[in-house]
Amino acid sequence: MELFDLTIHELHELFASKKVSSLEATKSLLARIDTTDPKINAYITVAGEKALADAVAADQLIAKGAAGTLTGIPLALKDIFLTEGIRTTCASRILNNFIPPYSATTYEKLKEQGIVLLGKLNQDEFAMGSSNESSAFGPTRNPWDTSCIPGGSSGGSAAAVAARLATATLGTDTGGSIRQPASHCSCVGLKPTYGRVSRYGVIAYASSLDQVGPMTRDVTDCAIMLNAIAGHDPKDSTSVNTPVPDYTAALTGSVKGLKIGLPKEYYIDGLDADVQSAMNQAIETYKKLGAEFVDISLPHTDYAVATYYLIATAEASSNLARYEGVRFGHRTEQAEGLIDMMTKSRSEGFGAEVKRRIMLGTYALSSGYYDAYYVKAQKVRTLIMRDFIQAFNDVDMILTPVAPTPAFKIGEKINDPLQMYLSDIFTIPANLAGTCAMSIPAGFSGSGLPIGLQLIGKPFGEDSILRAAHAFEQATEWHKRTAQI
Amino acid sequence: MKYQPVIGLEVHVQLKTDSKIFCGCSTKFGAEPNAHTCPVCLGLPGALPVLNKKVVEFAIKAGLATNCSITHRSIFARKNYFYPDLPKGYQISQFEDPICQRGWLDIVIEGETKRIGITRIHMEEDAGKLVHGDVSGLGEGSGADLNRACTPLLEVVSEPDLRSSDEAVSYLKQLHQIVTWLGICDGNMEEGSFRCDANVSVMPVGAEQYGTRAEIKNVNSFKFVKQAIEYEIERQIDLIEDGGKVVQETRLFDPNSGKTRSMRSKEEAHDYRYFPDPDLVPLVIDSDWIKRTHSEMPELPEHRRQRFITEFGIPEYDAEVLTANRALAEYYEECVAFHHNAKVVSNWVMGEITRALNESGLSIDNCPVTPRLLAELLRLIDNGTISGKIAKTVFDEMWISGKEPKTIVEEKGLVQVSDSGAIELIIDEILAKEAGQVAEYRSGKDKLFGFFVGQVMKVSKGKANPAVVNELLLKKLQG
Repeated sequence: MELFDLTIHELHELFASKKVSSLEATKSLLARIDTTDPKINAYITVAGEKALADAVAADQLIAKGAAGTLTGIPLALKDIFLTEGIRTTCASRILNNFIPPYSATTYEKLKEQGIVLLGKLNQDEFAMGSSNESSAFGPTRNPWDTSCIPGGSSGGSAAAVAARLATATLGTDTGGSIRQPASHCSCVGLKPTYGRVSRYGVIAYASSLDQVGPMTRDVTDCAIMLNAIAGHDPKDSTSVNTPVPDYTAALTGSVKGLKIGLPKEYYIDGLDADVQSAMNQAIETYKKLGAEFVDISLPHTDYAVATYYLIATAEASSNLARYEGVRFGHRTEQAEGLIDMMTKSRSEGFGAEVKRRIMLGTYALSSGYYDAYYVKAQKVRTLIMRDFIQAFNDVDMILTPVAPTPAFKIGEKINDPLQMYLSDIFTIPANLAGTCAMSIPAGFSGSGLPIGLQLIGKPFGEDSILRAAHAFEQATEWHKRTAQI
Repeated sequence: MKYQPVIGLEVHVQLKTDSKIFCGCSTKFGAEPNAHTCPVCLGLPGALPVLNKKVVEFAIKAGLATNCSITHRSIFARKNYFYPDLPKGYQISQFEDPICQRGWLDIVIEGETKRIGITRIHMEEDAGKLVHGDVSGLGEGSGADLNRACTPLLEVVSEPDLRSSDEAVSYLKQLHQIVTWLGICDGNMEEGSFRCDANVSVMPVGAEQYGTRAEIKNVNSFKFVKQAIEYEIERQIDLIEDGGKVVQETRLFDPNSGKTRSMRSKEEAHDYRYFPDPDLVPLVIDSDWIKRTHSEMPELPEHRRQRFITEFGIPEYDAEVLTANRALAEYYEECVAFHHNAKVVSNWVMGEITRALNESGLSIDNCPVTPRLLAELLRLIDNGTISGKIAKTVFDEMWISGKEPKTIVEEKGLVQVSDSGAIELIIDEILAKEAGQVAEYRSGKDKLFGFFVGQVMKVSKGKANPAVVNELLLKKLQG
């Protein structure tokens, strides 16, 4: 076992018992990044010097006995989180040279805990994508099969965890961008309830859908990370002011009598056979643990993808208007006048998928179409939300697949955006409803590609789904497998 | 063909809060470019808006003062367009559910009261300022100063109920008085604290449909508003009578020529793609909040005006002058509390106080003669210690030295002489000296009375009580 193989809680034990220092752990990871990341391309920026400095500082805290669970733990963040003084690109050419003057609240919170920042992770540009292929810094490769995508948009975050290039990471999830790559890379990924975690300092894609969440080796690590980042932020008007429970305390307890819903709309004919098989096995495992299954219906599921691609793109078209080469970011070299300068800067700086979504979103908001598209989509969103509220009257949580298939090949769907969009079909509804959901390892395909299962919980029910996830993890060995790179 | 103008006004009121509407940066005017900025008002990636509560309170006050309904659940919306003074590429404003709706103001035109509807009042953030020239020492260019970006504005939109430039100015003056009175705006039109856009159209008298309107943007003085509207009305009438059609467009008023001109066509019909801002939650205002805000509001000018008339019994003209601004009205009222002859106080405030303030370039807030001191002076006149005329001398001294009037009177020996005996002596002396004039008076030259009064005043160094002088002099002259 190398230091880079260890989880947060394992490393913490070693730090606490003075067997290992943060500096040693950090060096171990930096060395591995050096040798292994060229094959994966999980990192956009490696902050080697900063990491070492962070580790030294952390070791001092540990020596003083003033350390917390996360002190000295080497983490990496999706390049969507602003980190003061450290280049933050959002995987876009338009922010290629952007050094933020301030940090995201979630990063500040982790800093307060004394974490070590290894660097910034690759992603789909502006979080728009399901495969990490739209990054301006090249695709990230799935550690389980480097000819495959790791998922997206938090592809780098998932791959880094799976390839042991960071002990844990943070990603963001707007339509499944934490859960789907977690599923494709066999790690744990949790999207909290909307408003549970601050969005301040996180580059905005779709404001009413974006959420920050942990991506980790196991469920315990996930709870530890969530403890650190959850909570009200006065700088984020959409963050909720309710108490944060101790999520690690939720990890003991049985799932006996737990009512789990199986929505018929998610278990369709034509689901990949390996995925279906993994789900069947998971259901059996939960039954053995004492959970009860209830057939439910989420009738408006079919409209979720269309609803999402209207609302998210509309909000994105507005959120991305600030990138026009005036105050920061890429500005075109030659321009004739203001409009030309802005047009060229944006045309040169944005990738194809980003442009596609900006245009789609602008259209959905435009005069004459606003009611038919944007307003209509918001109404359907309410119906989707109601489906969940109804369902949660009868069940405690819902079990579904995460993705319709395991990871596909790099380049396979890039020319068919609609096919790409349809792969978000199981994850999008939870974002629209605003509730919490997580993906945990639940098996592998015939060709050795990971398959995750999704638990969708009640709003602010992260403790419940963590408990159920933990119980499943204890009863299975999927999370113990490592990718051979 | 006779035409009737139709005018609607949109006023942008800059709110007098310490910090901006969505971030904690200072709103102070005149700082170095971009000194008052932060990630939020700079529109940096990842920044989020947080609403300033004071802005809401100011908006509620404005709404209550203009008889609006305060919307229970109002929504912030994004107004999307690209311009370098608009950092986010959108302005946070309100569209479908503004904070105040359906209010009105009454104006008085040629003695008649007319009600002007107010469609809505909403909150929004201001844009920054563009500066042109060699802004960075690198040659000709344009720079964006974002100090003003995100400062709070209220937009007050009137119904198209105005029918003349005079009505428009009257409405504006009242609105200006209200917002300064409430203390929500400093009213400084030169610095852009109160900016007016005028929508002007004309229609044939008796027609049922309004004509096409043109919008005159950003006029920042009452005089210019009047000129701009009048020019525009004439321009439109001339255009129509020459067979042309009024185009819906944005125009600028040029104070030098007194004309309006069309803005260059960056004004193709803009689709702002308004949608509710997902970074802000709906603003819920309950009746308790409204009640609390209402109780914190000062008595409004119109109400105070009426009260001065009915309670203090002063004429309408006085009441209007004394309620020109809140500080003056409060000064006056404080004075009346000390000295109950409201009309006398009014005369002195409108008279000597105003004159002295103007001459020394001070505002009523810095008046060296406090209400109490003024009242003291008036009491000295009232109880006969000094005459009204002498009081003016004392007043001037009070203004400079700030001393108590009683002290000044004593120091300068200005106590009025009311003793009839003393005055009689003086009169006797004068009548003896001016025997010729006495004879002329007695033969019918009544006008000479003034001469004798003057002589008495001269000898007594102005201190003789005029009423006593008149009484005694009349008696003595008549024999």
